[in-house]
Amino acid sequence: MLAFLVQRISQALLVMFVISVIAFAIQDGLGDPLQEMVGMSVSEEEREAIREELGLNDPMVVQYLRFAGNALQGDLGNSYFYSKPTLEVIAEHLPATLELVIGASLIIVFLSVPIGVYAAIRPQAWLSKFFMGVSTVGISIPVFLTAIVLIQLFSIGVRVEWFPADTGWGQWLNGFFTTEGGLPSYGRGDELTHLFGTWESGFFTGTGLMHLVLPCVSLASIMLPLFIRLIRAEMMEVLQSDYIRYARAKGLGAGRINFLHALKNTMLPVITVGGVQIGIMVAYTILTETVFQWPGVGLMFLEAITRSDIPLIVAYLMVVGLIFVITNTVVDLVYGLVNPTVKLTGKKA
Amino acid sequence: MTTATVSRWDRFRESFFWYSFKRDKVAIASFAVLLLMVLAAVFAPLLAPTDPYDLAQINIMNSELPPVGLDGADSAFPLGTDAQGRDLLSTILYGTRVSLMIGFGAVVLQAFLGILFGLLAGYLGGKVDAILMRIADVQLSFSTLMVAIIVGAVFKASFGNLMFGEIAIYMLIFIIGVAEWPQIARTVRASVLAEKKKEYVDAAKVMGFGTRRIMFRHILPNTLSPIFVIATVQIANAIISEAALSFLGLGMPETQPSLGSLIKSGFDYIQSGSWWITLIPGLVLVVLVLVINLLGDWLRDVMNPRLYKG
Repeated sequence: MLAFLVQRISQALLVMFVISVIAFAIQDGLGDPLQEMVGMSVSEEEREAIREELGLNDPMVVQYLRFAGNALQGDLGNSYFYSKPTLEVIAEHLPATLELVIGASLIIVFLSVPIGVYAAIRPQAWLSKFFMGVSTVGISIPVFLTAIVLIQLFSIGVRVEWFPADTGWGQWLNGFFTTEGGLPSYGRGDELTHLFGTWESGFFTGTGLMHLVLPCVSLASIMLPLFIRLIRAEMMEVLQSDYIRYARAKGLGAGRINFLHALKNTMLPVITVGGVQIGIMVAYTILTETVFQWPGVGLMFLEAITRSDIPLIVAYLMVVGLIFVITNTVVDLVYGLVNPTVKLTGKKA
Repeated sequence: MTTATVSRWDRFRESFFWYSFKRDKVAIASFAVLLLMVLAAVFAPLLAPTDPYDLAQINIMNSELPPVGLDGADSAFPLGTDAQGRDLLSTILYGTRVSLMIGFGAVVLQAFLGILFGLLAGYLGGKVDAILMRIADVQLSFSTLMVAIIVGAVFKASFGNLMFGEIAIYMLIFIIGVAEWPQIARTVRASVLAEKKKEYVDAAKVMGFGTRRIMFRHILPNTLSPIFVIATVQIANAIISEAALSFLGLGMPETQPSLGSLIKSGFDYIQSGSWWITLIPGLVLVVLVLVINLLGDWLRDVMNPRLYKG
C-alpha cells in the first residue's frame, strides 16, 4: 500500500512539473512583459536595463526555477486586464463554476442512479429501451447545442400554430408544444448570498436558483447518458454474480437484493469513474458558461484569451491542472484502498 | 483485370459484412443519410444556390429572413438567411464541407500518430511502452476537449486573430489530431499485445525479418478492424470537437464558417427571435454526428462478433 501511495503521489508531482514547464513555456513564448510595462518612447538601452533587472536575460533554467518558486508560494503574477494577482481573479470566479458543477452533479446523481438501476433490472421494458435510446441520441448532441435548445424552449418560449386551432385536438396539440419561456438565461442574477471569502452563492435565493436551472441542466445533459450507461452495465454484471444468485436462492426479497446487495457493489466503479468525470466537466463548463454568460472561471479563461492576458491564461492552466491532478490521484488512491486487487504497476509481476 | 474485380465484388457480396449490413435497417438508414450529406458537402459548389464566400452575392437587405413556411419568407432562400443576408442552405452546405474536412483530416492525423505510437508501445514494450502510455493516460485524464481548447487558445494567442483565421482549417486538424491520438494508440496497443504472442510473429522472427517489417507488414494488417471501428467514432468526436472549438471562437472564422461557427454566429440572434440561424445548422450537426455514431456501433458489432449488444 505504501508503495502504491508513493508511486501515485510521485506521478502526480511529475505531471504537475510537466504542466508547470508547459505553462512556463507559454508565458515565455507569448508574453513580453516589457511591452505591457513600458511605452513606445523607452529607448533600447533602457529596455535592456529593465530586462536585466527583471532577470529576463538569465538562463532558461534559472527563469523557470524562479517561476516555479513563485508558483509554489502562490504567486503566479498579475493579470494585465484586472491589474491584480491572477490567483485572486481566479478565486473570485471559482465559486460560480463550482456551483454550476455542484448543481449539475446533483441532477446527475438523482437521475442516473434510479434510471440506470431500473434499466438494469428490467432491460426489456419499453421504458428502459426509451431511456437507452434517448441516451444514445444525447451523446451525439454537443453541450452548447443542448443549452441553445433549452434557451429557445424555456427562456424565449415557443409558440406553435401548426395544427388547426378551430378543432379541439388541434388546440390541445398547439398548447402541448407551446412553451412559456421566462427562465433566465443570462448570468447569475443579482440576489446572491454571501457565504465566506469570495463565495457568493445562488443556492439560497429564488432568483439565484432560477438562474442555476438552465446552465446546470445543460451541463448535466452531457454526462447523464454516460452515467446511465455505466450504472446499467455495472449493475447488470453484478446481477450475474454468484453471491446475487445465492441471495436469490436463499429467498431474499428482490428489493433487498437489488438495492442493498447489488447496488453497493455497483456504485464502487461508478464513484471512481465519476470522480474523473467531474474533472472532465471543467472542460464542458467553458462551453456552458459561454452560452449562459455565467461569470465563472471558464468564461474568464476565454476572455483572457481574447484579451491576450497571458498571466491569467497561465494561472488558469496551473489551477485547472492542479484540480485534475488532485482529483485523479485521490480517485486512484480511494480505489486502491477499497479494492486491494488493483494492480500495483510499480511491482514487476 | 476484369475477372479480378468481378471476383472481388462477388467476394464482397458473399461476405458477412455485406450480409449483416443488408439485414440492419438502422445501419442502412444511417449510411444512406451519411452518404447523402457527404455528397451534398462534396458537391456544395454545384448544389448551393449562392456562394457564401462571395461578398458580391450577398445583400444585407435579405438578412434574417425565416425559412419557407413562416411569415415573411422568400422562396429564394428555402432555409432562410442569416444576419449578414447569406442564404442559410448555402452556408450549411459549405459548412458541412468544412466540418467533414476537419473531422476526416483530424482522424487521419490521429490514426497516423495513434498507429505509430500504439505499435511502438505494444511491440517494443518496456520503457517505450511505459513512457508513451503514461503520456496517453495523462492526456486522456485531462479530457481531449480540454487539451484541444488549451492548445487552440495558445495558438490563437500566438498567431493573432487574423493569421489564425487564415490557417484555421490546418490548425484545427492539427489540434484535434494531437489532442485525441491516445484513443487510437490505446486500441492499437491492446491488439498488438494480443497479436505479438501469435505463432506467425514468431515465424517471422525466426525467418530473420527486421522489427520494422514485422510491425508494419505483419502485425499492423491484423489490427486494422478495431482501428476502423474506433476511427469511425473518432470522426464523430472530431466533428463535435471542431464545433465546440468554433463555438468558443477558437475555430473557423465567420467568413469561412463550419457548422460550429454557424451555430455560434446564429446564437447572437436567438434572442431576437431568429432561431433558425442557429438551430438549423445545429440540427444538421446532430444528424451528422448521430449517423456516424450509429454506423460506428454497427461496425463494432460486425467486426467484433465476440462483443454482443448489451
